[in-house]
Amino acid sequence: MVKNIKLIAVVFLVIVSFFILLKGLNKTNNYSPNLKSSNIDFNFKAKFLYSNEETTLHELINDKDFSLINIWASWCLPCRDEHPYLLNLNSLGKLNIIGINYKDSEVNAKKFIKELGNPYSKIVVDPSGVNSIELGAYGVPETILINNNSKTILKKYIGPLDDKKLADLKMIIKNEN
Amino acid sequence: MKIKILVLTIFYLIGSFNLSYAANSEKVDQISKNLRCLICQGQSVYDSQSDFALSMKILIQSKIDEGKNDEQIYDFLKSKYGEWIVYDPEINKNTVLLWVLPLILFVFGSILILRKVSIK
Amino acid sequence: MLNQIGNYSLYIALLSSILIIIQSPILLNRNNINVSGRIFSLISIQSLMIIISFIALIIAFIISDFSNETVYTNSHTSKPLFYKISGTWGNHEGSLLLWLLVLSIFLLIFTITSKNLSNKYRILTLFFQEIIIAGFLLFILFTSNPFMSLFPIPNEGTGLNPILQDPALAIHPPILYLGYVGTSIIFSSSLAALISGSVNKTWAKHIKNWVLVSWIFLSIGILLGSIWAYYELGWGGFWFWDPVENVSLMPWFCLTALFHTILILEKREMFHSWAVILSITTFSLSMSGTFLVRSGILNSIHTFANDPSRGVFILCFLFILITLSIFIYFFYQNKIKNNFTKTYVVSKETAVLVNNLFMMFFLSVVLIGTVYPIFLEVVNNDKISVGPPFYHKLIVPFLIPFLIFMAIGPNLNWIKDKINKINLQQLLFFILSIIISFIFLKRVGISYLFSLPLFIASIFLFLITIKDFSVKKTNLSQKISHFGFSLFILSVLVNGVLAKEYSSNMKVGDERKFLNKTIKFESLKVNESKNYQSLEANFKISDKNNSINLKPEVRVYDQPQTITSEADIKSTLYSDNFLVFNILKNDGFYNVRYQMKPFMIWIWISIILISFGGILSIVKKNG
Repeated sequence: MVKNIKLIAVVFLVIVSFFILLKGLNKTNNYSPNLKSSNIDFNFKAKFLYSNEETTLHELINDKDFSLINIWASWCLPCRDEHPYLLNLNSLGKLNIIGINYKDSEVNAKKFIKELGNPYSKIVVDPSGVNSIELGAYGVPETILINNNSKTILKKYIGPLDDKKLADLKMIIKNEN
Repeated sequence: MKIKILVLTIFYLIGSFNLSYAANSEKVDQISKNLRCLICQGQSVYDSQSDFALSMKILIQSKIDEGKNDEQIYDFLKSKYGEWIVYDPEINKNTVLLWVLPLILFVFGSILILRKVSIK
Repeated sequence: MLNQIGNYSLYIALLSSILIIIQSPILLNRNNINVSGRIFSLISIQSLMIIISFIALIIAFIISDFSNETVYTNSHTSKPLFYKISGTWGNHEGSLLLWLLVLSIFLLIFTITSKNLSNKYRILTLFFQEIIIAGFLLFILFTSNPFMSLFPIPNEGTGLNPILQDPALAIHPPILYLGYVGTSIIFSSSLAALISGSVNKTWAKHIKNWVLVSWIFLSIGILLGSIWAYYELGWGGFWFWDPVENVSLMPWFCLTALFHTILILEKREMFHSWAVILSITTFSLSMSGTFLVRSGILNSIHTFANDPSRGVFILCFLFILITLSIFIYFFYQNKIKNNFTKTYVVSKETAVLVNNLFMMFFLSVVLIGTVYPIFLEVVNNDKISVGPPFYHKLIVPFLIPFLIFMAIGPNLNWIKDKINKINLQQLLFFILSIIISFIFLKRVGISYLFSLPLFIASIFLFLITIKDFSVKKTNLSQKISHFGFSLFILSVLVNGVLAKEYSSNMKVGDERKFLNKTIKFESLKVNESKNYQSLEANFKISDKNNSINLKPEVRVYDQPQTITSEADIKSTLYSDNFLVFNILKNDGFYNVRYQMKPFMIWIWISIILISFGGILSIVKKNG
């Protein structure tokens, strides 16, 4: 009797582990943290790309109902692929698109904008990458949608924007209105 | 000349332009050893040379300069990146089993052995 | 052409597997059948076929046959010959073929060396081993075939990850696999012994060699991995508690426990069931290791392959084997002789039990630390990291009593020893260790909570293991291994306490002072090698008495284009000098990191000593 209980217990444990590991296999290894807006310091300071003035995130997201913060760099290849999507979004006119230029050289960044067009209403620079950490980013490109009135983060996209993400983004804006 | 060319190639390949990350203080090393480099998946921030890790070290240094203590820095990073970023999981309802299970097994094993051992 | 040869030989090998699996139950019921007959020839054919397919793959790598997909994705014509060959097992498909190769060769060796044992036991062992082989063959043929053809044939391959182009890492997997696969023989034979009712002295004596062989290879495999991590990854660390490293450590704990238990079984006919459970666990852990590494379920520096369908296959296979062995164990458990006698509290038997308790505890810490995040994520969707602080906090407090037990235990007698044996001599050594630790820590100026007792315990063990060389009673191989272990713990501790590091941004010509040393950045030059270009720096580290030159590099590999930072390390008996540099944006400045790591070389030497004890034990018995 004791033997049977032991057997059942062991087999049960094995089966449970099996299903947990099986489920674990289908999880993606890419992890995106759940960033709460309460954790963002909207007063962090950054310098503009085209002038030497300092600004805060608070001032940056004052225009329109929604802000889209896009972290980019001229050396980042996926950013090039993503650029047309940003231009497209800008043409909608509903979004206040803000660029954060990540660990870049000023010359290259300006060249990049000149070459591919400027979807951003304002661009600030983040030469040490510290501002991006404040936003909970890992690298480039990354895009964050913010509701300006409630100061909440609606969505965060890691990696370049694509058709799917674009559709999702438009959907969120529509629903929020 | 050759050196310059190679250095430029390396820059081109790394892609980014790292600013001087000055000699880190011992404190930064100590804290960054306990942080996971999220994009390198498996290395600590201390061990990594990725952009993310380098920025992280600058950030830690600036937080230390601001007078923040270890606890505050960890909490700040956890609020940005979640529990995942620290290597030393604190004890809460999610991790209580992680910490206690090995100890339970040790006690269980000790009892088994005590039953097999006689003093006479 | 090579692809076909490889493919067909694998199919023939699979066919032999199936034939053996079908025939074994029939042969079991007949008496006086000589295994070395038909089954032996089938096993020989199978090994031959697997060897042929492996050689075919090696040749494909050597001649850069890009009609083979594995070669195309993992090799390049410009690679040095040595790395072309090691590239064979530097990828998922090839490494599994290597697993399979070792499996079948070990089985062949088992069949040849077990001739004087009972037929039933041998056939059953073959049967279980063939199930494992068949499983791997199916896995290779249907999910990870190394002989996939490419058409049209590409002109050039995509290259091998430069981080893998390293001598230690080239031989690390084969050695580690010899250890892993050795445990499969232990697994099969313990199940066979269980069914045939021969879990006894004779079996213990026979299987002890396999335990030792696996244990030795696993130890050396772990050593090579650590050495590689030391100079290739990170900044002078050699053990990161990374899941992939943990996975090789778990069977090691289990094997160590098993070896001690087998000794008792051989000498005293005790702990039969426990030996069988440990045998099953050891192999399950080796297999789980393969699963965890190969499925990409882990977040690790070492995970290179990522394919869920493969993971599902290994997972199912693993759980079929585990469930099968659990049922067999419970079903045949009462066949085990049960001459259960209590052991006396002060005896060698009890000492081995205590050893096992600690081994199982360390194992459970590592196992739970490794898989807990996976479980938590599935159950709760929360993601946590379990890293070095966790392992240190749980292991270190238990290490202290463990070391003291390890000092006392081996000197106890079998069956019953006197309590007052804990004698004056040992007490003296203990007091001596307290004094040494105290003075040492005082001088270094460190007072962590666990430092003092930890130092006392390890110095005590160290002194006792040295003293034991003068005692005739115990055998030499044990003394060497135990001394190696005490040396290992002591070196790690001293290294951890005394390591110093310095980092700074420097230009060519700059000089920096660090402690009593001067670090001078003397020159910088470009080197051209066959498949990479490198920027080589020359640093001069000098103190009052002598000076050394360190030449770290930053390499740019062409295929695939990757940058690696190569540390330069100069080892002496007292200390390692470790230096790496990296490029900064600021013109002409380089980030330089210099470390002094005392007694580093003794960590490696001690692991070699530990393994050497095992080798000596095998040689002595057979010689």
